[in-house]
Amino acid sequence: MEIKVLGPGCAKCSKTEKIIQEVISETGADATVEKVTDMMEIASYGVFGTPSVVIDNEVKSVGKVPKKDDIKAWIGK
Amino acid sequence: MKFKSTINAFNGRKISDIPVFFSFLIGAMLMYIWWLVYSFLPTFASWITYNLFQINKGSHIGASVEFFLYDTPKVMMLLFLVVFGVGIIRSFFTPEKTRAFLSGKSEFAGNVLAALLGIVTPFCSCSAVPLFIGFVTAGVPLGVTFSFLIAAPMVNEIALGLLYGLLGWEVAAIYLGTGLFIAIFAGWIIGRLKLEGHIEDWVTNTNAASLSMEEEKLSWNDRIVSGWDAVKEIIGRVWIFVIIGIAVGAGIHGFVPEGMMASIMGKGSWWSVPLSVVIGVPMYSNAAGIIPVVEALLGKGAALGTVLAFMMSVIALSLPEMVILRKVLKPKLIAVFIGVVASGILVVGYLFNMII
Repeated sequence: MEIKVLGPGCAKCSKTEKIIQEVISETGADATVEKVTDMMEIASYGVFGTPSVVIDNEVKSVGKVPKKDDIKAWIGK
Repeated sequence: MKFKSTINAFNGRKISDIPVFFSFLIGAMLMYIWWLVYSFLPTFASWITYNLFQINKGSHIGASVEFFLYDTPKVMMLLFLVVFGVGIIRSFFTPEKTRAFLSGKSEFAGNVLAALLGIVTPFCSCSAVPLFIGFVTAGVPLGVTFSFLIAAPMVNEIALGLLYGLLGWEVAAIYLGTGLFIAIFAGWIIGRLKLEGHIEDWVTNTNAASLSMEEEKLSWNDRIVSGWDAVKEIIGRVWIFVIIGIAVGAGIHGFVPEGMMASIMGKGSWWSVPLSVVIGVPMYSNAAGIIPVVEALLGKGAALGTVLAFMMSVIALSLPEMVILRKVLKPKLIAVFIGVVASGILVVGYLFNMII
């Protein structure tokens, strides 16, 4: 599974990345996390706000730090 | 503080299980406690300063300490209330809805609407670029997009809450009115100038997939939670600015002689308005840090128009924001943006020095 965190580097974006890493290590999910900071790439997903979370090319959340339970649901744990 | 721990305890349980009328009842009770504490603040500040610390009444340091001890809890409590209220209001708005609302609107009505929505739509300057792209590629006119981008940081809940608390509702209303005025007209002018060609090419070439997130159904309890989340997030971010701002304000309050600011920032000196804008534009602070300073300056004889101009240019235009926007705007458009907004602020500054 390929998880992307879209965000130019604001505080909330790093928080999102951290919380996803935590969920992965807690659940032992088979997933990679990549941070996307390039504006053009972010724009190509059509999101309005950052941080946004994209899992296997599907936008899961926009403009907020997701909750742990939501992340678990997305990665099927 | 007592009410905080109460909310925490109630936040820990499963919030959707609590009946709505019960949440409102708790809310009303907390409001009452809030009001009791709030009305007790002046007595508390003067008691600590003059009785507990034994500072002489009438001394410079006494005036500063009392100002600090009164304003810090007062501002924090007001911020708490306003941010919570706006957090609830904002749960009704999302950037997606705002965009859908604005696309295809006619020019002038679009500018007015965009400025108004700028106040209530959740916005953070780090999201300015994706938001800009989302708006422009969805067919929201450039000028209308700018009205939104000007109003969103300038007229915000923190600024309004602090102005109301520290300087009264008249100043808050003036700020709201003139802030909207600048956002509407600056956006309108930028739209008239037909600068669409000065957006970076890659933006217009972006084939932004129009994303439709499914609407989340929120109950009243969910909205209360999002108000509380806003409090944690925003107060957690700005409290340090507030304290620094109040400390500087307290220093001015106690040590700067009465009327000294009248000669520098008073009505008499015509150059004070442009000077405050020039100083204010590159400065980067948020409303929370700048308004306590402004309150102290006003108390020492600075003119309202000058101070208003200073405050607006600090909050609305900042160097970091320009650096972010440079990714999507060519230099000429950025220059026009700064120029138009700064001129609007100048007009407002002179206007108020003339009227009041």
